[in-house]
Amino acid sequence: MDYFAQQAINAVQLGSIYALIALGYSMVYGVLVMINFAHGDVFMVSSFFCFLLLLVAPVPFAAALVIVMLATAILGVCIERLAYRPLRNAPRVSAIITALGCGLVIQNTTLSLSPYSQRMPELLKPVVWKFGGVSVSSLQVLIVGISVALMLGLDFFIRKTRYGMAMRAISMDRITVPLMGIPTNAIISMTFALGGALGGAAGVLYGMAYPVIGASMGVLVGWKAFVAAVIGGIGNVRGAVLGGYLLGAVEVFTVTVLPSTYRDLVSYSLLLIILIFKPYGLLGRPAVQKV
Amino acid sequence: MLRFFDRPPSRGVLLALLAAILAACFAIEQFGLVDDYIRFILITLGINVILCVSLNLVNGWMGEFSVGHAGFMALGAYLSACVSVKWLVGANPLWMFPLAVIVGGIAAGLVGFLLGLLSFKTRGDYLAIITLAFLMIVKSGIENISYVGGPRGFLGIGNETSLPWTAAWTILTLWAIRNLVYSRFGRAIVAVREDEIAATAMGVDTRKAKLVAFVVSSFFGGVAGALFAHQLQFINPGSFDIVKSTEILVMVYLGGIGSIAGSVLGATVFTVLTQVLQPLGTWRMVIMPLLLVLLMLFRPRGIMGLREWSWFVPRREFADKEKSS
Amino acid sequence: MMSKKLPYLLSFVLLLGPVGCKETKPSVKIGLNLELTGDIPAVGASSKNAAEMFFSKLNADGGVSLASGPMPAELIIGDNGAKADQAAATAQRLISQEKVVAMVGPNSSACAIPAGEIAESLKCVMISPWSTNPKTTMDTTAGAPKRYVFRACFTDLFQAKVLAKFTLNDLKAKKAAVLYDGSSEAPLAQATLFQETFTADGGEIVAFETFTTGDKDFSAQLTKIGAAQPDVIFLPTYYNDVPLIAQQARRLGITAQFVGSDAWSSPEIIKLGGADLEGSYFCNHFSTQIATDEAKKFVSDYTAKYGQAPDDVAALTYDACGLLVEALEKGGKNDREAVREAFAQIREYKGVTGTFKFEPGSGDPIKSAVVLQIKDGQFVWVTNAQP
Repeated sequence: MDYFAQQAINAVQLGSIYALIALGYSMVYGVLVMINFAHGDVFMVSSFFCFLLLLVAPVPFAAALVIVMLATAILGVCIERLAYRPLRNAPRVSAIITALGCGLVIQNTTLSLSPYSQRMPELLKPVVWKFGGVSVSSLQVLIVGISVALMLGLDFFIRKTRYGMAMRAISMDRITVPLMGIPTNAIISMTFALGGALGGAAGVLYGMAYPVIGASMGVLVGWKAFVAAVIGGIGNVRGAVLGGYLLGAVEVFTVTVLPSTYRDLVSYSLLLIILIFKPYGLLGRPAVQKV
Repeated sequence: MLRFFDRPPSRGVLLALLAAILAACFAIEQFGLVDDYIRFILITLGINVILCVSLNLVNGWMGEFSVGHAGFMALGAYLSACVSVKWLVGANPLWMFPLAVIVGGIAAGLVGFLLGLLSFKTRGDYLAIITLAFLMIVKSGIENISYVGGPRGFLGIGNETSLPWTAAWTILTLWAIRNLVYSRFGRAIVAVREDEIAATAMGVDTRKAKLVAFVVSSFFGGVAGALFAHQLQFINPGSFDIVKSTEILVMVYLGGIGSIAGSVLGATVFTVLTQVLQPLGTWRMVIMPLLLVLLMLFRPRGIMGLREWSWFVPRREFADKEKSS
Repeated sequence: MMSKKLPYLLSFVLLLGPVGCKETKPSVKIGLNLELTGDIPAVGASSKNAAEMFFSKLNADGGVSLASGPMPAELIIGDNGAKADQAAATAQRLISQEKVVAMVGPNSSACAIPAGEIAESLKCVMISPWSTNPKTTMDTTAGAPKRYVFRACFTDLFQAKVLAKFTLNDLKAKKAAVLYDGSSEAPLAQATLFQETFTADGGEIVAFETFTTGDKDFSAQLTKIGAAQPDVIFLPTYYNDVPLIAQQARRLGITAQFVGSDAWSSPEIIKLGGADLEGSYFCNHFSTQIATDEAKKFVSDYTAKYGQAPDDVAALTYDACGLLVEALEKGGKNDREAVREAFAQIREYKGVTGTFKFEPGSGDPIKSAVVLQIKDGQFVWVTNAQP
């Protein structure tokens, strides 16, 4: 029972980080119907932002989190302005390829500047609490707590504020929305900023949980978070969260019963099976195709 | 002189040209006329052309976004390696190697058939994700099969891929895909891309078109994988991951979707640039995607998007145009 | 108009092909197939530094003394990115395009094994400084040692014995758990051999867990290991993975001792691992603290030139280059076959990492090992182990 509880805590921590990154993918897809393949590398670079920040000015945790989230939000908006906006009316595939290209550029620039992995300086000293046979680290509690707080905040923002309503409107009908007087470009930029900020938070939390950061970590984690977003129904914010935790649970519990080389096999087979039965993901709505 | 390139030549001229190319390849191979390294690059180029053209069938002509092509390559590579190293060891490579390549292609084609079935219900981004899942499943699956070496790779593959063989398979691929694209099935495939519902309403068998596209595309992807395995003499699942798929995608969109000449061009540019920019080290992988992004911003459909070099167009298309004009 | 001509223009430009300047001065070309980028760049960097230092010194002294007179040595460096397929491609390039007379590296076994296959089939001498996996020099299809592939270090067969004995006798540990990268050749072999030797000598393996290259989260495996309550956790994995494993283990409340293999040997591990690795032991090829006079000179030269003490990869690369030059000079010719014949004749060699003894027909030297401990942020020598 203890063992199961311990693994469950591990799963929740991993799931929180996947969920934060998956939200970035889902929001952008919902608004632009575009898979932002650069998001995984944006997440990676935010870890490096945090590392550089702490190298230059050792600030406390809260300040570091806010600064990095801001910096990553700005990066997200820059990419959107420079690479995606000119392709708004081009074939969708070109935008996807551009996203892939941007991701590669970010990844390899970071690799060229920092060929070695770096150690993230410690932001907080973790306290380990033991409940019976189960160890819980204060770091895990922090990660899960901040992730959940951010997700609730985002959910509130999307459902209860005007900007959120504008985002939802654009995801339903992008052509008509400007006719209603809503500044589409500004809202789209805001979407990227929010997605970037969440990715930035994920980067800082990830760097704290796994302090060895390298330029290729965005690829692995980014694709997994993308899978999580799709499982939950891409374009759906709540689905991204569900997908993130589901994937975290699958990954952790697969390794408890099978050798770890089976982990990807099981995760992706699960994805395939879910998509065969629910082609739009668990919480996704079918796209209506007008003839 | 340039006018010679504006019209497809007569069949005799074309056959003579192909025979000359094959003869040249034989000569190069037999007498060692080029540097070992140039030979290596030419073979890589041939393999890349096959990969590019086969993926273009699904991504360009059919308008889908498949990211799983490296998975077909992996299937072809591993199956053909099993044939030549484990099952038909010691057989005469003259008939064993083409058999191994065909087996690799067929294996990939069978799985491509399954993927085609899946594409009936899903389209667009969800199909892209299914192809991604397929790629990861193939890669993880191979990692767990110790018969083929698991994650540590398959050693000891013979160096069978020679210049004549590569040239032969490349020519075969180009010929097959060109004929497919200008046939009834090709029209159906393009109809699926342009407007699937209208096509179904007009009586086009879109399901058959999708199956044909996926099977042919995956067959040649497997062929390329088999050639790749017998060139490098060592394969491991890491060679067939999302990075490889991304490279093939880059070639396709670089050269131009829906164009055979575009695929050849894209494969050539990519192969040459990869070699020429070697001295830059990791900065090479910054420059190349950057060039791609710039290309997409200015020419979103690729260098030769949806246009074709006249030599690849069947003569009857030109005859029709002349009659009508 | 422009867009019509563009494709033709592009094709024409590209047909010009790669333009390369070739060296016309005759020199002995030696290829380096190293992990300069990727997961373990510190290993490649050490190797490169040592090789460059060796050959610049050699060239300053006149170069390689061949029968036809002294000839300068030229290093041609290739990067294998710590990936097996890239290592094979780099070996192809160095041997076929650059036409090197011999190749030094790769260091990691996952890269050295395929590169060795290429070298053997293309009949070019290869010496791996650091690869301890038995398969590197073994031709698996023929069941006999390879003819063209050699190494400068001991093999995992010996290393597993050393570590198993150390764990049982010196650390007095009866129960051990193993966590290793199952998708990479070196950790897999080391883990399996350790398990065999440890249980044969009376120990008990209570947990045997794997992860995949690139994993960051080991909590599932470590929770299983913690539940089995081992005295010692054996981590035969590279310097970039160990710090995360150690940290997560400590956070889960696991207090077992960590023991590692030579894959730990880079000083980067201290920088990345910090306090969690304090007190851990690992097996190595070389220690600056018990150096012979010749080794001391190497250590001071290297430290003066590169600002940090050499690790075992550097020392082994230095010895690998030394062995290669000895073979070149004995063979007398800048020719691959001559080098191979001469190399196979070497029986004993005194290098900075100790005395090498080669048995006829084998590319694996018989050498002694050292056990080091991480103490106060440094590598501290604990004991020697003879074969």
